[in-house]
Amino acid sequence: MSSLLTIESLTRQDIEEMIGLAGGFREVLDRDVPKVPTLVGKTVSLLFYEVSTRTRLSFERAAKALSADTLTFAPGGSSVAKGESLKDTALTLQAMGPDLMVVRHKATGAPWRVAEWTGLPVVNAGDGAHQHPTQALLDVFTLHRRLGALDGLRAAIVGDIRHSRVARSTSQALVTLGAEVTLVAPRTLLPVDLTEWDVATADGIDEVLGEVDVIYLLRIQQERGGGDVFPSIAEYVGRFGLTRDRAEQLSADALVMHPGPMNRGVEIDPAVADGPRSLVTDQVTNGIALRMAVLYSLLSGEGAA
Amino acid sequence: MSGLIISGGLVVSGGDATAADVIVDEGIVTAVGPGLEIDDREVIDATDCWVGAGFVDLHTHLREPGQEWKENIESGRDAAAAGGYTAVLAMPNTDPVIDSGYVARQVKRGDGVRVIPSGAITMGRLGERLAHLDELWEAGVKVFTDDGDTVADGGVLRRAMEYIGQLGGLVAQHAEDPGLCAGGHMHEGSVSSRLGMMGLPSVGEEVIVARDLKLVELTGCRYHVQHVSTAGTVELIEAAKRSGLPVTAEVAPHHLALDHGEVSSMDPVFKMYPPLRTPDDVAAVREGLANGVIDCVATDHAPHAAFEKDVPFEEAPRGIIGLETAASIVHMSVGMDPTQFFDRMSHAPRRILGEDGAGVAVGATADLVVFRPEGTWTVENLRSRSNNTPWLDAKLEGVVGATIVGSDTMWRRSG
Ligand SMILES: [Zn+2]
Repeated sequence: MSSLLTIESLTRQDIEEMIGLAGGFREVLDRDVPKVPTLVGKTVSLLFYEVSTRTRLSFERAAKALSADTLTFAPGGSSVAKGESLKDTALTLQAMGPDLMVVRHKATGAPWRVAEWTGLPVVNAGDGAHQHPTQALLDVFTLHRRLGALDGLRAAIVGDIRHSRVARSTSQALVTLGAEVTLVAPRTLLPVDLTEWDVATADGIDEVLGEVDVIYLLRIQQERGGGDVFPSIAEYVGRFGLTRDRAEQLSADALVMHPGPMNRGVEIDPAVADGPRSLVTDQVTNGIALRMAVLYSLLSGEGAA
Repeated sequence: MSGLIISGGLVVSGGDATAADVIVDEGIVTAVGPGLEIDDREVIDATDCWVGAGFVDLHTHLREPGQEWKENIESGRDAAAAGGYTAVLAMPNTDPVIDSGYVARQVKRGDGVRVIPSGAITMGRLGERLAHLDELWEAGVKVFTDDGDTVADGGVLRRAMEYIGQLGGLVAQHAEDPGLCAGGHMHEGSVSSRLGMMGLPSVGEEVIVARDLKLVELTGCRYHVQHVSTAGTVELIEAAKRSGLPVTAEVAPHHLALDHGEVSSMDPVFKMYPPLRTPDDVAAVREGLANGVIDCVATDHAPHAAFEKDVPFEEAPRGIIGLETAASIVHMSVGMDPTQFFDRMSHAPRRILGEDGAGVAVGATADLVVFRPEGTWTVENLRSRSNNTPWLDAKLEGVVGATIVGSDTMWRRSG
């Protein structure tokens, strides 16, 4: 593996190896000095065209825990505002000598283009509504740590599937590991054609509550509640929100996940988010370990695939 | 005497294809028949070639005025000649827009590869107020379109059809419902769902065509559907023709050859509007062209500079070039016989423009193309200023061997 761009390119074995590697790094993070010298002398460049403090911090933390240097470019009032193209920015960063680039961009396929232009290994940290492979891997890593093998696991993903790279990549990772995935969303927020997805669908969250082992909630952008794709936030919560009442209908050991940032009181009730079923903070910590595993396998010249 | 003889080809004219030589003296076709005397004429060997009237493209973006870094009128004409085209209909989405007689006259060329301006339907192609339709008509505009955009407002289109219909012109529509297609970058379907890209649904084209056909019924104006891309549109046109409406249609070579699966590469060279559709749609437009429901091929030649396409798919401008590859792509994807092929490439577009010249006639100014269906060539060193074609470096079948207008041989290629 020379880049990590999409979950689609990974086999079950690739994912399992990455989970194994992440498990080792997760233990490093629990040490008194959570740092190893594995990537001393390597430089990881972070090219973040979309504001995403969480993902960026997670990659920075992962790189530093491996003793790599980081070079972050997150355009705000910089040359991008002056009209510099993605290609020129990528080539400028490349000229500063990084060993790998982590790319977040609002356009589908942007990380592929950066890989083409620079010839560097690239980690896709989210491209448009397309893919977010490290999120998907940290999600299955988190479930795997809690449950072991995921064969036969029943998972529901609830929310704005149509615009979600998390839904696309996490559902693929789950299916690859043998889980059964049901998508739950208003028809206006489902992709129109799911023939390539290998998933089931449901028309409301109540249909799946008693039948899932894990329920994965996606962030609902508040601005979508203006009658554009659903009538109001209240009506969304009425049919798709994981309220406290609904959480009580989940089976005893069902788990709740969310990629963050959460809209408390919209897709998830605060008490559920902070309750014993919630894996939300585990996802954050495990995300660092998983990203360490990804950087390690791309930069150490051996590893996953 | 310094004439020309095209010898040994299959001459396609008026629905017939016969083995014959063609003599052009001083720019005029002086003889057509077997075994003609060469004398001291230059010989174009047309063995295994089809010889017929030059192709006519009803959909060319020449980019002049306003975007000459992509293409200009001269480079566009050179590219046309290399593709076997002797006339092109220039789309009005230039800067300034061809919405006045003045701009139309700047674009028009009568000699060599003819450039026929189309005119905008509305001022600035904004879909609101009627363009200077009388001025455009007087400047020689026969086809009116806001191509690149759709005349979405039914009231505006109705008035345009009434006015243009009275002049005797043709209303051509780029059918893309702005609400249904808002934010779209590719065909809405299984591939867009996987890639997470917003789509342009097939119905976005079909609802516009369906509505427009009702307005044709109401106004009687001649109406032409540009770049038909869906099976549903083919059905609508077939039904309209059956009921006798004055409707014609075109299809672009890329919609005959490629489907939305190509976009999986996320390579901007596959971005165009209408987008590449499903394999079923490709089959339907091929069949429609072969059986004549779709009257003709039109390239939608849309040049963009390399740097403009060197960006992520969603940020790339739409369109690909097509003049130099169209004949090969049509030949390879539909495989029509010589009379059908010349009808769809040359004769039908002329009929739609209200012109004759749909053949090789003694006494007429030479306007000819020599096409070698079994020859091959490699797509390189293009004459267009832009290179944005998915067939760059590809080996294609069907060679434009010569393009002749009057006494000028504007293009020769062996192979
Ligand atoms: Zn168009």
